[in-house]
Amino acid sequence: MNWDIIVENLGLYAAGAKLTLLLTVVSLALSFFIAVPLALARNSPSPLLRYPVFVYTLIFRGTPLLVQLFLIYFGLAQFELVRTSIVWPWLSSPLVCVLIAFVMNTTAYSTEIFAGGLRHIPFGEVEAARAYGMSPLTRARRILIPAMLTRSLPLYGNETIMMLQATSLASTVTLLEITGVARNITLTYYVQFEPYATAAMIYLVFTFILVGLFQLVERRWAGYLEHRVG
Amino acid sequence: MIADFTRTILAAGVTTLLLAFASLMVAIVLGLIAAYCKLSRSFLLRACAQIYTFVVRGIPDLVVILLVYYSVPAVLNQLGDNAGFEVRVEFSPLFAGVATLGLIFGAYMTETFKTALINIPKGQIEAAVAYGLRPRRVFTHIVLPQMIRLALPGFTNNWLVLVKATALVSLIGLQDVMFRAKGAAEATGKPFTFYLIAAGFYLVVTIISMLILAMIARRFERGIREITS
Repeated sequence: MNWDIIVENLGLYAAGAKLTLLLTVVSLALSFFIAVPLALARNSPSPLLRYPVFVYTLIFRGTPLLVQLFLIYFGLAQFELVRTSIVWPWLSSPLVCVLIAFVMNTTAYSTEIFAGGLRHIPFGEVEAARAYGMSPLTRARRILIPAMLTRSLPLYGNETIMMLQATSLASTVTLLEITGVARNITLTYYVQFEPYATAAMIYLVFTFILVGLFQLVERRWAGYLEHRVG
Repeated sequence: MIADFTRTILAAGVTTLLLAFASLMVAIVLGLIAAYCKLSRSFLLRACAQIYTFVVRGIPDLVVILLVYYSVPAVLNQLGDNAGFEVRVEFSPLFAGVATLGLIFGAYMTETFKTALINIPKGQIEAAVAYGLRPRRVFTHIVLPQMIRLALPGFTNNWLVLVKATALVSLIGLQDVMFRAKGAAEATGKPFTFYLIAAGFYLVVTIISMLILAMIARRFERGIREITS
């Protein structure tokens, strides 16, 4: 065992951890604001709103994230139109491509999770809001969205953990997050065990913190649902 | 030319499905063992199962694959060297893939099976024991049929995630759909076309799996009345 190499390269791991957290937080934050309206559209009475969202979530949940990432990072370069357009400087950057892939992927999962939460809201709550004369927008803001989010908290917590772990795929397009750093160290020093084990430990710690965080959040905001869960 | 490459990519579907099914078998066995451990009276067994599921679910699939494929043989070889053996351990990508995905999805199956086991009414097992059924027959005649019904939603979900996770094994050199798509993309300079074909393959497998498992679910739900609100 040769842990000196790890100690010497702790700075690299710290930078990698920073990038991992950045990717996780940015992807989740962006996707959250897209997924909430999409979840409402997913349950809308109008088929024109419902079906496009259904097809989007089916495609993005039905194909591997690795394929989606490669389609965006390697695939888009195939088209002359994309390469000559003004967005090309962004689309040729691995960071931007990774973020696009992650956001589109996690939005599909979050949308389904939120839409599932929405379907479990007792209809009486919506009726009461209507009886109070709330406009559709007020209803969504005061009743539907808070009730939907608290009901989907446990599943959404799982999705954030999945997202944290999915960031490891960024290493396949040259980004140096935790997994990328570990891969680089194994190639430079030709040791096979310690770098990956260290990376695994960092992910475990992050997962542990996330699980604890979500337990706190659940107790604070979804406590009122507890007696019904039984 | 595109047609030729497409045929090569889709032919590798056999490898992808073989990997997925083999991993599923390992996952079911591991999941059943760990689920019974989690419900066991022995503190040691419960703790072991708990550590297994937490550790495996806390590490990204890709990192576990790299650990199994690169790190485990390296450690075994070092141990062998220290003990004075002249053996070199090396895993094939397929073996490493089955071992890793089996290990990872065994942890997910554990949770699914455990919840299903808890939800089987205890009186039924007591009644079976009272009728003098042997433990094995209690399992095959009473527990298993209900467990299938109760575990099926979670099982379906795990299977769909597992099929997609097989794409990661291409990164350690298994010649599956994803690997061949990458090869075709690099050879022709048409990455979008070939990754799209790969995506189509996974999507079709997902949709067919959903349809078949929904049919099985209907079969096992016969005679169950559910409260609908």
